[in-house]
Amino acid sequence: MSTIAVPVARPPLWRRLVGFNLLAGIALGIIGYVIGQWIGGRFTGVNIAYYSKTAGQNDIAIMLGYFFGVVGFLIGMGFANYPIQRMLGYPPTLAEHEAEEEGVGRYFRLCTDHKVVAIQYLVGIGVFFFIGGLNAMLIRTELLQPNTHVFGANQYLTLVGMHGTMMMGMMTSGILGPFANWVVPPMIGARRMAFPRIESFTFWLLMAAGVVLITTIFFGGFQTGWTGYQPLGDQNTAGYDAYIGFFALVGVSMTLLGLNLAVTIISMRAPGMTWTRLPIFVWSVLATAALMFLAAPMLIAALLMGAMDRTIQTAFYVAGQGGSSYLFQNLFWVFGHPEVYIVALPGFGIVLELLPVFARKPLWGYRLAVSGMLGVGLLSFFVWQHHLFVSGINADLRPFYMLSTELISLPTGFTFLCFMGTLWRGRIRFTVPMLFCLAWAFNFLFGGISGVFLSDVPSDVTTHGSFFSMAHFHYTIMGGLVFTFFAAIYYWVPKMTGFNLSERLGKVHFWTMFLAFNSTFAPLFALGFMGMPRRVVTYNPSFQALNDWASVSAFILGISMLIFLYNVVWSLLIKREPAEANPWHSKSPEWQLATPVPVYDFERTPVFDPDPYPYGVEPVPVGRPVVAPAGGQA
Amino acid sequence: MPEVNEPNHFLRIVLWWLVVSVIGTALVVFVLGPGLPPGNGSVEASGQVTDNTVLLALSVPVAAAVLVYLTYALIVFREREPEVYVDGPPIRGNASIQLWWLVTTTVIVLFLAGYGSIRLLADGSGGGQGPNPIAAPAASSSDPPLQVQVIAQQWQFNYRFPGYGGVEVPDLELPANTLVEFHVTSLDVIHSFWAYQLGVKADANPGVDNVAYVTTKGPLSVNIRCAELCGVWHGYMFETAHVVSKADFATWIRAQETRFAPATKTLPPYSKTYFPPPERRGG
Amino acid sequence: MSASGKRLAGIAVVAAIVCVAIALYIALYLTNVPGSASAVETSSGTNLYLATVASAATNDPHPTWVSYYAVDANDQNWRHATTYVLPANTLVHVTIFQFDSQTGLRNPFIGQATGTVGGTFTLNGKTMEAIDPDTASHVFAIPAIGLSVPLYGISSTAKNPCSNAPCPLSNDHSTITFTFRTPAKGLYRWQCFVPCAAGFIQGFGGPMQTVGYMDGFIKVV
Repeated sequence: MSTIAVPVARPPLWRRLVGFNLLAGIALGIIGYVIGQWIGGRFTGVNIAYYSKTAGQNDIAIMLGYFFGVVGFLIGMGFANYPIQRMLGYPPTLAEHEAEEEGVGRYFRLCTDHKVVAIQYLVGIGVFFFIGGLNAMLIRTELLQPNTHVFGANQYLTLVGMHGTMMMGMMTSGILGPFANWVVPPMIGARRMAFPRIESFTFWLLMAAGVVLITTIFFGGFQTGWTGYQPLGDQNTAGYDAYIGFFALVGVSMTLLGLNLAVTIISMRAPGMTWTRLPIFVWSVLATAALMFLAAPMLIAALLMGAMDRTIQTAFYVAGQGGSSYLFQNLFWVFGHPEVYIVALPGFGIVLELLPVFARKPLWGYRLAVSGMLGVGLLSFFVWQHHLFVSGINADLRPFYMLSTELISLPTGFTFLCFMGTLWRGRIRFTVPMLFCLAWAFNFLFGGISGVFLSDVPSDVTTHGSFFSMAHFHYTIMGGLVFTFFAAIYYWVPKMTGFNLSERLGKVHFWTMFLAFNSTFAPLFALGFMGMPRRVVTYNPSFQALNDWASVSAFILGISMLIFLYNVVWSLLIKREPAEANPWHSKSPEWQLATPVPVYDFERTPVFDPDPYPYGVEPVPVGRPVVAPAGGQA
Repeated sequence: MPEVNEPNHFLRIVLWWLVVSVIGTALVVFVLGPGLPPGNGSVEASGQVTDNTVLLALSVPVAAAVLVYLTYALIVFREREPEVYVDGPPIRGNASIQLWWLVTTTVIVLFLAGYGSIRLLADGSGGGQGPNPIAAPAASSSDPPLQVQVIAQQWQFNYRFPGYGGVEVPDLELPANTLVEFHVTSLDVIHSFWAYQLGVKADANPGVDNVAYVTTKGPLSVNIRCAELCGVWHGYMFETAHVVSKADFATWIRAQETRFAPATKTLPPYSKTYFPPPERRGG
Repeated sequence: MSASGKRLAGIAVVAAIVCVAIALYIALYLTNVPGSASAVETSSGTNLYLATVASAATNDPHPTWVSYYAVDANDQNWRHATTYVLPANTLVHVTIFQFDSQTGLRNPFIGQATGTVGGTFTLNGKTMEAIDPDTASHVFAIPAIGLSVPLYGISSTAKNPCSNAPCPLSNDHSTITFTFRTPAKGLYRWQCFVPCAAGFIQGFGGPMQTVGYMDGFIKVV
């Protein structure tokens, strides 16, 4: 791809608005939804029509409405164009708004530039992260008092379900979407991902899924929590169809995102980028990608059967009719457990990638770290029954799953050892990204140890389904993923956008968030141990003090997010102080690109220093310059 | 190259770790230990308390190792002149440290898995074991376990005593110092029977008989809560059960049989699972 | 306007839209709080008058759903209310006009009343302890205080069933009365136990899981 962009005269506004873009997508999406509802209304047979009438909802129509709506949206965005072109015989091409116009328009349509997709992901996921966070604030408001209800019982359960669903569905791609898409190609010496259109497709599908989830409240919400257990989900009003639609679409998006990243890493590495030279972040992305495309399809299958139970009255999950409630639980958790490692592994990769930069030392124990990533990934498929220890599974299985779950703490421990080793005799700089990485170590330590409690069956008998379990996964997922998400933002945004984020505001954000986070979730361990179950709208009045403490801390945590938002708006939109090419003096390949990064990333395929972390040593001289030197950093 | 008068960091860290671990473990075992949940309301609950104490006692040195190291490293190895970018020494790894770490963590993990399994298989730890339990507390032949069926439905628990004419009661009382065999099942969706002070938790799945054992001790009040989201009133699905003396229990159960005679006539015969209509759509 | 001025204006507009969106979002969850009704104080004591109907009013968000209705002390009209305000530690006489047909109980145990004074209730004037579980149409139960009273359904061959609420007493109905003692001050929930949610699996979805139809609160003051 050595075409140089030729500036074209900007077409008039109306011409720019008409075409395959977000407006067309929304328009066709609405039309598709109406068509789907109409088809569903015509489809329903006599029996189903009777039940639909008395129940007051037509699940077939709603499901078809969502399906056609999303398909219409995707067609409007232009994803059908290239397949149709190819079927009609046109030659393969990649030029879709990639090099055409600079400017904001590219972000609202199908763009094959991986940097644009990464920023789309960052903003899109950010919006849904804040909606999920708003839900969390509302949940904690409700839990301030056991006997005064701010929200109706159904609405509260919908809030709880939406918070979990939104977060798990969106933040699973939270690091892979924005950061792997941006950073992995330069890190391996490629200019693009293996499948750029699929890359954009995964993003827009995720956005469509988010919109589908938000419509749940118009249909009564869903009262099953993010795990969507059946047959409870079957009993739900039409809001559960939105849940199914959301997760099915997210599953497809995750599968394709994982496939794309895995193929890119495997087949598009530049010469010299051997497996033993791959940055640790890329290894973590590879492990996560493998988990994504292996686990997500199981969720889609489980939900599809649930949809069939709700619409055409199959009985997959209805015990009295030949089905089993265990089927859903097992299918869900066979997805669900790798899912939480999909959420955790990128965090490991980020901290191990950033630590060398801020300790000015190579990564300690590179091979150990890699085996840690791969070990966690592999073992994650063999532990899922620990969510079902007291549910009546075959008792013979429990010692095995206890062992496998405890074993998974071994590769996790490797990450900790490499973390600690990298700090040894380093020259540690407490920049904002580094602070978030250090917080990861603190949070994940307690998250991991509480996981050992939960994996021990006798202890799990009391803590399963209680607030202890909630505190555990918030410490690992929020303390692990969300903190590293912010570390990645503060670290890479100067390169991705060309503007600096305020360091001072960043530190205020960090300390508020870290202290408020621990203050919010530490009491929940105690609450769980004292006997408070999850997903409850009321509780024993003796638990009120701890709940109030957690709620107030949660509000402060919410304020810390507002501080972050203020930092983003102030630094990136108002102040706009241009960033240097390599403000962290990192020796990682993506920092050797020029700032602002040109559309085509770099001119010549780079030749890599055989050492992935050349800190403390002179870089090995190579025959020709590595890349166009950026900002004087050679 | 370490300079001549550079302190031995490793030794210092180990010493700090020893101090913190010893104090912390002692605090945990002697101060926190006796009060750990779920309390000593039953034999299985006491077993869980011991188990939790062991887990906590092992967690303290592990957490201390990481925290002490991090605190030390962040203070001692920090960059004191941030204006200048000087790199640290290129230490890439240390095979013997990695090996020791691997060995130590593996030993800890295997110990925990083994200890947990032994405790689990000894008496089932009060958890639901499914229809074919493999770990039951020793029962004496002269005193068979008291069978109590817990029927969970949306949104309350009812209890059925097969040994007393299949009588069903809404509030549970149990005799003291008795081995109780719970059979937990559900009529509709997944619930979970959680008797906190007894250390019992067993999911109620429709069409499944989930067996959990508990050996009661002295009289006490037990908080029963549903621990699996089962619909709109999940948070309100709680009640109080009582463990009473054997004599009181005998009186009580006889009174219940009389009181609920009209209902018992209409009940289906006692069975491990029930599939009452409507299974599919109502109406 | 300068470029930065335009940008500031743009940010301000977006911020305003976001605030409005957040307010709307929260408002969406705050709606649908069902109405409340208070007990009627007469010389003969504290009375609560309820009705159970086969279909809610035609202008209800869910006109096909079964529902409870209550007579409010203030205006003596039928209100679609499921939060009942009662005085504490008082004997409350409850009268329920039951307009719906028989469905049957999933757990026949609930066919026997518990928690009422004397363990009995009257059905169309006759004092009884239990009904045939297959004839139940609805149940009024407050599990926290052990109260549970089955409500007898009208026959399927009834000549004059009520179609939509509110139902006049001229339509076929059964009348159930019972007395119970309210507990100390607090908030308690009540529910129905009959699988009367037609169209939902096991008859327990929809109206059975929505506060305002077959579930509600007892507010003891």
